[in-house]
Amino acid sequence: MQIALSRLRPEDRPVLISAAFIVVILILGTIYTLATQGTAPLFSPNYLLQQLQTGSFLGIVAAGMMIVILLGHIDLSVPWTLTAAAMIATAVGGDMALPAGIAVGIAVGLVNGLGVAWLRIPSMIFTLGVDSVMRGLMVWHTGGFAPQDQATPLMRTLAADKLFGIPAAIFVWAAVSVVIVVLLSRTAFGRAVYATGNREGAAYLSGIRTRWVIVGAFVASGVCAAIAGMLLAGYSTKAYQGMGNAYLLPAIAAVVIGGTRILGGQGRYVGTLVGVTLIVLLNSVLSIMQMPEAGRQVIYGCVIVGMLLVYGRGSRNIGG
Amino acid sequence: MSDQPFLQLAGISKHFAGTRALENVDFACDRGTIHAVLGENGAGKSTLIKIISGVLKPDAGTMKLDGETVEFSRPSEANAAGVVCIFQELSLVPDLTVADNISLANPPRRLGMIDRRAQRQFAESILARIKCEDVDPNALVRDLSLSRRQMVEIAKALGKSPRLLILDEATSALTRNDVETVYELLAELRQDNVASLFISHRMNEVERLCDTLSVFRNGRHVETFAKGARSDRDIVRLMIGREVDAQFPPKPAAGARAPRLTIENLSWENRLKGASLTVGKGEIVGLGGLDGQGQKELMLALFGVLRGVEGQVRVGARAGIPASPVEAKSAPSRICLVPEDRKTEGLMLPMSIADNLLAASYAKVSSGPFIDPGRERSLVDDAIAKLHIKVGSPQDAVATLSGGNQQKVVIAKWLMTDPEVILLNDPTRGIDVGTKQEIYRLMRQLADEGRAILFYSTDYAELIGCCDRVVIMYDGAVVTELSGEAINEEAIVAASLNITSSSMESVS
Amino acid sequence: MSGLSSAATSIRQNRGLYGALALLVLLYLVYNILHPRGFSSAVLIQNANESVAIVFLAMAQTIPVLLGGLDLSVGAVMTLAACIASVLVNGSPFQIIFGMLVTLAAGTAFGFCNGLIVVYGRLQPIIATLATGAIAMGLALFIRPKPGGDIDGDLNWALTNSLWDFVDTYGLFNPDAAWFAPFSWIPVPLLIVGVIGAGVWIPFRRTVMGRTIYAIGSAEGAAYMSGLPIDRAKIAAFTLAGFFASCGGLYLAIQTASGNADITQAGAYTLNSIAAVVLGGTSLLGGIGGAIGSMIGALILRVMSFYFRILSIDPLLQPLVEGVVLLVAVSLGAFGVLRIKNRLELFR
Repeated sequence: MQIALSRLRPEDRPVLISAAFIVVILILGTIYTLATQGTAPLFSPNYLLQQLQTGSFLGIVAAGMMIVILLGHIDLSVPWTLTAAAMIATAVGGDMALPAGIAVGIAVGLVNGLGVAWLRIPSMIFTLGVDSVMRGLMVWHTGGFAPQDQATPLMRTLAADKLFGIPAAIFVWAAVSVVIVVLLSRTAFGRAVYATGNREGAAYLSGIRTRWVIVGAFVASGVCAAIAGMLLAGYSTKAYQGMGNAYLLPAIAAVVIGGTRILGGQGRYVGTLVGVTLIVLLNSVLSIMQMPEAGRQVIYGCVIVGMLLVYGRGSRNIGG
Repeated sequence: MSDQPFLQLAGISKHFAGTRALENVDFACDRGTIHAVLGENGAGKSTLIKIISGVLKPDAGTMKLDGETVEFSRPSEANAAGVVCIFQELSLVPDLTVADNISLANPPRRLGMIDRRAQRQFAESILARIKCEDVDPNALVRDLSLSRRQMVEIAKALGKSPRLLILDEATSALTRNDVETVYELLAELRQDNVASLFISHRMNEVERLCDTLSVFRNGRHVETFAKGARSDRDIVRLMIGREVDAQFPPKPAAGARAPRLTIENLSWENRLKGASLTVGKGEIVGLGGLDGQGQKELMLALFGVLRGVEGQVRVGARAGIPASPVEAKSAPSRICLVPEDRKTEGLMLPMSIADNLLAASYAKVSSGPFIDPGRERSLVDDAIAKLHIKVGSPQDAVATLSGGNQQKVVIAKWLMTDPEVILLNDPTRGIDVGTKQEIYRLMRQLADEGRAILFYSTDYAELIGCCDRVVIMYDGAVVTELSGEAINEEAIVAASLNITSSSMESVS
Repeated sequence: MSGLSSAATSIRQNRGLYGALALLVLLYLVYNILHPRGFSSAVLIQNANESVAIVFLAMAQTIPVLLGGLDLSVGAVMTLAACIASVLVNGSPFQIIFGMLVTLAAGTAFGFCNGLIVVYGRLQPIIATLATGAIAMGLALFIRPKPGGDIDGDLNWALTNSLWDFVDTYGLFNPDAAWFAPFSWIPVPLLIVGVIGAGVWIPFRRTVMGRTIYAIGSAEGAAYMSGLPIDRAKIAAFTLAGFFASCGGLYLAIQTASGNADITQAGAYTLNSIAAVVLGGTSLLGGIGGAIGSMIGALILRVMSFYFRILSIDPLLQPLVEGVVLLVAVSLGAFGVLRIKNRLELFR
């Protein structure tokens, strides 16, 4: 097993290990449910699809976050971009709801890109500031209350309805995934992302428009956050304060568990998909076990550290 | 002299993931000598040095220092035994002061805390010894020029009272004066019975300084001999293992050429002060002069990296200074730059050879918004074949290649864009003899195809051997232009020191 | 080198720090001028009380940042320490002191574990501490599922007021003594931060271990080649971060007389600690800055929030103003970038 593992290419190992871990989670969870309730809901397709449906919100956020992390940056403005897109979309309503929400995502992405690519402010701190500003704007806009605007029928359909028995949200996630995979592996932009994330100076000197690559990545992240926000509003029939807060850290964790280097330059989208699935299933197993929040946090943390220790080890790559 | 060599290696071997870096090496070095270690890149010199100085552990073999067997697990252990190495990549911390750096790991202490005054005094005494009294011990290393930093690195090594001093290309960044100081220092150390190992690709330095020479090839120790026992030709032959004919390809007859690149009065900050030159189609123009006279800045300006450049630049039909590398490399100017530091500016080391080769040519392999994998593969294979780059597979990381092959990848990347003007910033620095010759031939071939080449080199022999014309820069401007027979070492040196022909004195 | 020019060099090298200090002094002066009861002891004490936790957290965050990394668990460790304190810091004087020591030990030990994971697990600090932060929150929730707890009343009073009250509460000596008068107004929280913060940090910075931390952030390869104790320094950095975080948590518990395992609050504190570090002149890339600067950065953040109380800004606009001010503050340093003439320097 060890030998087989070491023969794999370095980018593939995390994907396979996390996929294996998903199976372990499902088995452990099923043992629990068999022992306590005599049922095995975890292996029922309906249940799994339902979990993936709620997981699609996280999945879409993680997709956008991955591109930013591939550049060695991070987008901490996701929580309130998500929320703002949802609130604006529901406020606008009608046919322009979705475009309005996406416009919010694009606008935030452009601002982030400006700060990080032109002003060279570290992304950690700039996107943090942007998140704060978005929160401020939304508090002001809503007067501090939960907005009463309803989600549009389209949003609700995309989030809650089923197509051929499969929740539509999963199709949206799949569509986003296809776009991201094509972007990363088949376009010049994708190559430029990996090059810039590996070494921005060398990419710049090769004639790559590194600034626009950075802007593009943050716009992608903003748009993904916006899509997730609108879907979530559709699922809950309205937007609400703080709806984005629960997605930031799990998105980062999912990307990293999926094998993407936090310093950038390396990572495959398949890994992010597996990482999201792992987190969602872990959460649902813990719910079934009615684990209190305390236990969840500890297990969550231990799983991340444990998995990273198994494969995420940086080489003794000192000074380069 | 003791009967036993001070440093004695026996049967040392070291492998890296399939490559044999060192194979059964026996090597000895005496006290009170300056001992050169010669060899191409990939010959094993670097690995040898790293093993002696404790950065790496050998897979097999023993090392004896002053008769006792030693085994170093880390550089600090080697330092404690008196083995000190001055590396090519400096070991200075930019955000700490000069005094901090000189006593970095072992500062004078009082009550457990660092005694800053004693540290500063120590730094001042060492700096005085290498005639660098003008360096402020409280200055941050980050604020010093490259040459001064190298001197601080040397000071740091001296401060450890070495018994064996290793210099790995330690003089490459130094000004003339500083190089002389280092020569004197080494002579002093020899007097004090210190052993010095000197690695350099500059034969003139080696010949001037060293009394013993050792040649390595393909991880093996080939021969050790005293100075003068072998001719230069013999030495090169030992290094590359085959007969070496003319080093440089023949030059075409001089003649009028249509100008491809015209630069007039280029100025930028206080680094470029009205530089003017022309490069014609099919011409190789050398850029010479002392380090730091603006040569690097000139190339960066032409490539669009600098802001606030003034002056006129004309490339073919287009007039104007490029605003970015994107603009510079695009038609109609089609300028490309092979930068100074291939590891940080030319390549993305962890990425594959194929990805690095394609980094400047995404448009060429795309149909519409998507990349065509078939076209990708064929362009990559062509590039590898054309420059004879030794690779296992194009998917391997470019970091696994030797220095010479890495440089070929950088050049191949740019050749893929079919450039009209090629700017080369010291492309053969730190590269083995064999690959250097390939690069010279390639340069001439590209020139014959009608391209214009501007070639900056710190090696006079290259300027003399490769270039149709040589322009010398001094203090940000072009002071002399030499062509044809007039290109020789005296003229270049004189021009570099800004000695004009009217006040020409005999230069020894 | 003459004394004057070396002073000039020092100022130039520490521009960020002196700039931040000037800004803080200015901000606090204006605040007191605008405040109806400005320049009074009561206001000073209240401000000091509310600043201690974030100041300690900023100091905690500084050290991993100097390495070129980040510690995303500082808020959680602070919360964990506060919850432990809310259980233990009451009863007999011996029990109180024991409780305080256990609290500090717990936080320090947690930091030590962070260091072990980063060094021997060879994980990037950001993601390792993200995970350990979750573990710390979980432990805090185990200890205090609901906010509450019990802190010794005397301790609570003595540590949240001026020296006069401290001396009076514990009957050390006559607090009205004449020799004591110039000191009696000093708020105890300021003293705590000053003594512990500066008292631990300043000597540490002057040791080889402290220098190693700066060297790692500046050029880790060079630090290794020079024989500096890299692994030990990294572990020490995270351990010290845990120590300062637990100091903040201990004080928070004493100040509020309770422990509250609030995930959102912990997260906000962590992110604010990063902002404070940046404001105080420490570079997120490592190698430049220091904990004193971060203290000042934290105080700047706090004073900015105090302004909201005295300026009649529509409460709905407060978060927006906070956000904009934060964004502008971190962007200020960036305008130097626009003056860079060689674009290669942008890619460090």
